[in-house]
Amino acid sequence: MPKFKVAVLDKISSHKTIAYSIYIGAILFFLVLILIPPIFGIGLKWNLIGEITANPELMSRAVNAIWASFAVAIFVSIIDLVAGIPIAWFITRGKSRWLNVVDTLADIPFVVPTVTLGYSLLLFWSSPQGISSLFGDSLVSPGWLLVILLHFVFSFPVVVRVMVGALLDYQRTFEEAARTLGAPPFTVDRTVTFPILKPSLIGAFVLAFARSISETGATMMVAGIFFENGAIFVKNMKIQGQLGPLVFVSLILILISCAIFGAILFFGSKLNVPIQRVWPSFERKLSSKGVAATRDTLTLLVFSLLVIIPSLFVALPTFNAIMDGTINNAVSGSGIWQEYWSSLGLSYLVGGLATLLSILAGLPMAVLIARKRLGRSVSAVLNILINIPIIVPSTALGVSLSIFWTSSAFVPEIMLLILAHLSITYSYFVRSLVAAIERTDIELENAARIHGAKPFTVFRTIILPLTKYSLLAGAIMVLTRSVSETGATLAVVSQLRTVPVLLVEWLSEYQNNQLTTITPSDIGLGCGILIVLSFIVLLFLKLGAGRKAVY
Amino acid sequence: MPKIQLKGVTKRFGKKILAVDNVSLEVHDKEYFSLIGPSGCGKTTLLRAIAGLIHPTKGKIYIDDALVNNVPPEDRGIGFVFQTYALFPHMNVFDNVTYGPRVKAWEEKKAASLGRETLEMVKLEKRFDAYPHELSGGMMQRVAVARALAAGSKILLLDEPLGALDAKIRNELRYEIRRLVKDLGLTAIHVTHDQAEAMAISDRIAVMKKGRILQVGTPYELYMKPQQIFVANFIGESNFLEGRVTGVKGDVATVRLRGDLKVSAKKNKAAQMDKRVVLAVRPEAFEIAKGRKNLVNGLNGVIEKVRFEGTDIRYEIRLANDDSIIVVRPSLGGEWLKEADEVTVGFSPEKSHMFLYPPKGLMAELEVE
Repeated sequence: MPKFKVAVLDKISSHKTIAYSIYIGAILFFLVLILIPPIFGIGLKWNLIGEITANPELMSRAVNAIWASFAVAIFVSIIDLVAGIPIAWFITRGKSRWLNVVDTLADIPFVVPTVTLGYSLLLFWSSPQGISSLFGDSLVSPGWLLVILLHFVFSFPVVVRVMVGALLDYQRTFEEAARTLGAPPFTVDRTVTFPILKPSLIGAFVLAFARSISETGATMMVAGIFFENGAIFVKNMKIQGQLGPLVFVSLILILISCAIFGAILFFGSKLNVPIQRVWPSFERKLSSKGVAATRDTLTLLVFSLLVIIPSLFVALPTFNAIMDGTINNAVSGSGIWQEYWSSLGLSYLVGGLATLLSILAGLPMAVLIARKRLGRSVSAVLNILINIPIIVPSTALGVSLSIFWTSSAFVPEIMLLILAHLSITYSYFVRSLVAAIERTDIELENAARIHGAKPFTVFRTIILPLTKYSLLAGAIMVLTRSVSETGATLAVVSQLRTVPVLLVEWLSEYQNNQLTTITPSDIGLGCGILIVLSFIVLLFLKLGAGRKAVY
Repeated sequence: MPKIQLKGVTKRFGKKILAVDNVSLEVHDKEYFSLIGPSGCGKTTLLRAIAGLIHPTKGKIYIDDALVNNVPPEDRGIGFVFQTYALFPHMNVFDNVTYGPRVKAWEEKKAASLGRETLEMVKLEKRFDAYPHELSGGMMQRVAVARALAAGSKILLLDEPLGALDAKIRNELRYEIRRLVKDLGLTAIHVTHDQAEAMAISDRIAVMKKGRILQVGTPYELYMKPQQIFVANFIGESNFLEGRVTGVKGDVATVRLRGDLKVSAKKNKAAQMDKRVVLAVRPEAFEIAKGRKNLVNGLNGVIEKVRFEGTDIRYEIRLANDDSIIVVRPSLGGEWLKEADEVTVGFSPEKSHMFLYPPKGLMAELEVE
């Protein structure tokens, strides 16, 4: 950066008024553009709630849907932890040079558009083209089980990310100390490592839970006709134009989720893992190399069979596309592919802008929360509020944004789209950066200040270099999340087509219109291009950032 | 009984870093043994290999005559005190201390009474319910020692256990640890880069440099009979006078220093006619007198700097041949000299150590990195 610019920014940052203005600006940005619209839009229609309270049948359906949402979210978050921790362990404790690839593969469900992910799992588990072909019948029919499998898959990367970061930061000396005191590895993990990593375990659970509660598009693909959770109920009500039940269920989901988060955050710190009792011979057996090898094999099997293959299954026709000439149409941009490329461009444009805005507005917010610039209480409150946008069902979020913005001012569709994506992604970015800044010793900043650095220079030369891997990784997570987002996008757009929206349309046409010219090769190739593009971006980031990239 | 033997132990990290280079060593039963050397010399790596926290690339490690290369740390019967203490932050002092007995599923009463006893030993019985973040550095260090002792091991490995403490507490605790080790009849290996600490508490010391052991001996032997120039400099402090042997007679060799100054030194195998040698003389081995005096091996010089160090006074003296030496005298005995005073310094031949001039030069030999 040119010296004169640094000097100017240093001078500006030295003024307390300006520094506080930036923090206040960041809070206002969060409140006005991120937090309030997804909730207040629904709140504006609170008066319509009579539509459901006066209809016991609809009310009973809503209650069942809410119960289904929480049952699935809690169950899935637990099994995500059970399956995600071993893979995070494998990634961080292994010695293979291929671990970066495994690490990136774990993000695949994050980069596949959510509706496409649902379709991919439906194809893999239920259709004759998938694994069911081996059994002669649909192995897993749409409904509860397939929803659980789907939610397990798309929440999985969140748990892996959080736990990989936690394990990389964890001081192995504690484990070594326990080993020298006579504890075999299993006992060490149970009595020392996991209790110390408890905050990260809780964090991973909360994020997986939030992701499950809010997801709509993919769930619709696999729900079948009998399963309905809160998000699908909201979507169905939107289709039927019944805003009252939509508002009611959305608010109940938000309120109960907040209560659960509050309870987890409050009781989580008091919850003690039972570590007093030890069963030496049994735990010694569980610590053997054979058991560890079996665990790793099972982990990779679950990872491959339940997560990776089902997620990528939709892109399998890409190979057909290469053989049957579809790829030539795609490359030349003829027919439906012209719109595909413009949609891809729009997706990355919206993703890029959402990422840029998340960085610009998220950086001061993350510093403010992590360094408690406006006091402990403000930081604590913001730390909880940051979670809210990611627990609003994506369809409800889209509807709410439409209501809020169209009722207050004319907002162009592209702006609405960016705001919707910003609401969904901003929290992920801030969360990752807050964790990274909190891990950075504040004494380093104090040392820089004592040696004469102004606040901007401290930020530029200390905070930024020490958190750049997490910042980059967080930015990529925002970008991929935005590019793959479907539910909220469908709810806010009428003219514009992002790639996930276009793929949903292709899919819908292929399923419902027998005269369509869209083929499985088109859908497969469309998904394949998006996945490969995102995978390359992620892999480059991880190779560039080394093993330090954590969210 | 717990005897530790290392045979040809080598540890490489990747292809470039040779942390421990073919080390063979024997630590006797109930011995307080120290590994000492500059930072990065491989002493912690060696200690971690003994504990089983890393695997040697080559060589064998025996505990009680049993080969333990493939024995995991939890089965080696050792206690380990880490430089950072590694106290479990989610457990209080008592739970930390009784962790070893509990994971070995000892009888609950026995574990509890052992916990209380070890806490009494380190004088922390009243802080049993405190968490690590509520303790001072010295207290955390005591808990770390108590935890290692309560595990019932007969071998205690200590990795720079006093490194993070201030000088006064460090001095107190080093004697306390030795007392505990001796009272309990343990075998201890203590890693430190502080030679004063090692000298004060060890039965024997191994001096390491660049992954190799240069000399093993009692503190007295290392101080009085260093076998290498590096040891003479690292254990205590030495002045090095370069010269050439011009005569050997009986137990004494004559060495001509720069500027045609001649001194006598105790003869050893380095005392070969016409060979280039280095004489090591401790600063406290010099006598010093104001003016021109007739001293044994008397050399004239001028005091350039005087430093008062409490118990000692430290003189930096420029000799007539332009060599610079340090002389240390007790502050409470004799006359205090001042800067620019002309002086004569001398030393007894028995108090000098003669070494062949190192092939790579004196400075390279004294390098610590």
